[in-house]
Amino acid sequence: MVRFENVGLRYGPGQEVLRDLSFRIAPHSFQFLTGPSGAGKTSLLRLLFLSLKPTRGLISVFGRDTTAIARRDLPDIRRRIGIVFQDFRLLDHLTTFENVALPLRVLGREETVYRAEVVELLRWVGLGDRINAYPPVLSGGEKQRAAIARAVIARPEFLLADEPTGNVDPHLARRLLRLFVELHKSGTSVLIATHDIALMDLYDARRFLLEDGRLTIHD
Amino acid sequence: MPLSIPRSGRGADPLASPGDGRRAPSLVPSGSLAGTALVVIIAIMTFLASLTVGSVDIVRTAAASWQSGVQREVTIQIRPRDGRDMDAAAAQAAALAREVTGVASAEPYSQADMAALLEPWLGAGVSLDQLPAPRLVVVRLQEGARPDFDALAAALTDQVPGASLDDHRGWLERLRLTGSALTGFGLAILGLVLCATILSVLFATRGAVAGNRDVVEVLHLVGARDRFVAGAFSRRFLRLGLRGSVIGGALAVALFVVGGAIGREASDPAADILFGRMELSLWGYSQIGGTALLIALLTAVTSRMAVMAHLRRLD
Repeated sequence: MVRFENVGLRYGPGQEVLRDLSFRIAPHSFQFLTGPSGAGKTSLLRLLFLSLKPTRGLISVFGRDTTAIARRDLPDIRRRIGIVFQDFRLLDHLTTFENVALPLRVLGREETVYRAEVVELLRWVGLGDRINAYPPVLSGGEKQRAAIARAVIARPEFLLADEPTGNVDPHLARRLLRLFVELHKSGTSVLIATHDIALMDLYDARRFLLEDGRLTIHD
Repeated sequence: MPLSIPRSGRGADPLASPGDGRRAPSLVPSGSLAGTALVVIIAIMTFLASLTVGSVDIVRTAAASWQSGVQREVTIQIRPRDGRDMDAAAAQAAALAREVTGVASAEPYSQADMAALLEPWLGAGVSLDQLPAPRLVVVRLQEGARPDFDALAAALTDQVPGASLDDHRGWLERLRLTGSALTGFGLAILGLVLCATILSVLFATRGAVAGNRDVVEVLHLVGARDRFVAGAFSRRFLRLGLRGSVIGGALAVALFVVGGAIGREASDPAADILFGRMELSLWGYSQIGGTALLIALLTAVTSRMAVMAHLRRLD
């Protein structure tokens, strides 16, 4: 599904923030990405989401070399990838329901078609009573759950999550992890970037350890 | 743990469903400060552009009116000579003029008419018999006719000694130049105002789009195509542009309508002849409508271009 070969990334003229990354992410797989702050986790996620281009090396996503993907084809690739941003990226003028439904609306689906699906997912992540609330009045944890719901609503083939449990209590963190595991079992490949060792201990999965721009993999 | 995300119509309480009975909300925020500021800027610039468009229309109409007014008549002047019967000479000149094709009427000014004409300068009760005052014959032309003035001038020279034809060519030429200069000046001002309008709308729209950069980015990241994002913005900004331009255009039209009404009430024929009335032609009103529409479209196109440029930068 995803293949990295000798990938390096630098911003401007400085030294590389990611060096010689080579790994594969198989379909239907689950992995954690961890490492100290500033190790390059978010940069790696952005490479995986095709919002950055590598300085060198080869990245292949869904069997396509990313350097050969035309700009007009990028939306099709992105629709197959769900992403949970560390800073949520919710739109303040849309309700929780409307934010979560955004990927479906972008696909051109009618609200009458997806309404029940979105409401059910919001209830499942504990936002059933916040459906019509706007992001500015949501707590950090509620925003995070809304962001997760938005990332999974279109049932992506590959899910990327940047610290998805950073603002929730351990009980809800476990519940959200279960959501990711269920998605994984239904066929989605999942990569969760996290500092939370306790969370990683809850589920036996491959761990990518990123330190000083270099990656080691613990199967 | 069951994660059973139901397909449509299954598992959710429709009473709790949001969005029943309403349209999907705009993806671009509607009540932002930048949006309101943009409407105000567009309204002001449309008002100024519409005033200029209307003023140019009035000037052009007035210039055309002077020209056609002067073109509708010519004058025959008969200089006095000792012992000459001026009334007979004037009647002969008028008869000659009436024979020319395209002449509607030719009426000599009587001595009383001449005295009335000269009264502002000479005062009342002055006898023209003691003054070497010329006699005039006013020749009115048929609408759109171009009589052969050269032939008439030659006939007058031959048959009415001391008569000359003034077809107002010199005066007409000066009027034409003045009218053209005023119209050109108005068009130049209009060009400048339209440039200022376009630039103001352009920068205000780009500023408003920049204020919604997060919306562009989120839509982009959830897989929206460029066309979809740009379409959402251009529709929103077309509405903002239309709101501002309709307000500005309507204010300008109201000003012209009120100005025209006041002008009719306080009508002064001399001022009307010189400056025309503050009344727009139908063409002038349609030009204001066209200006407002153009500015609204410009807003939509600018927002689309700004969004597309930002999307290209994101990739």
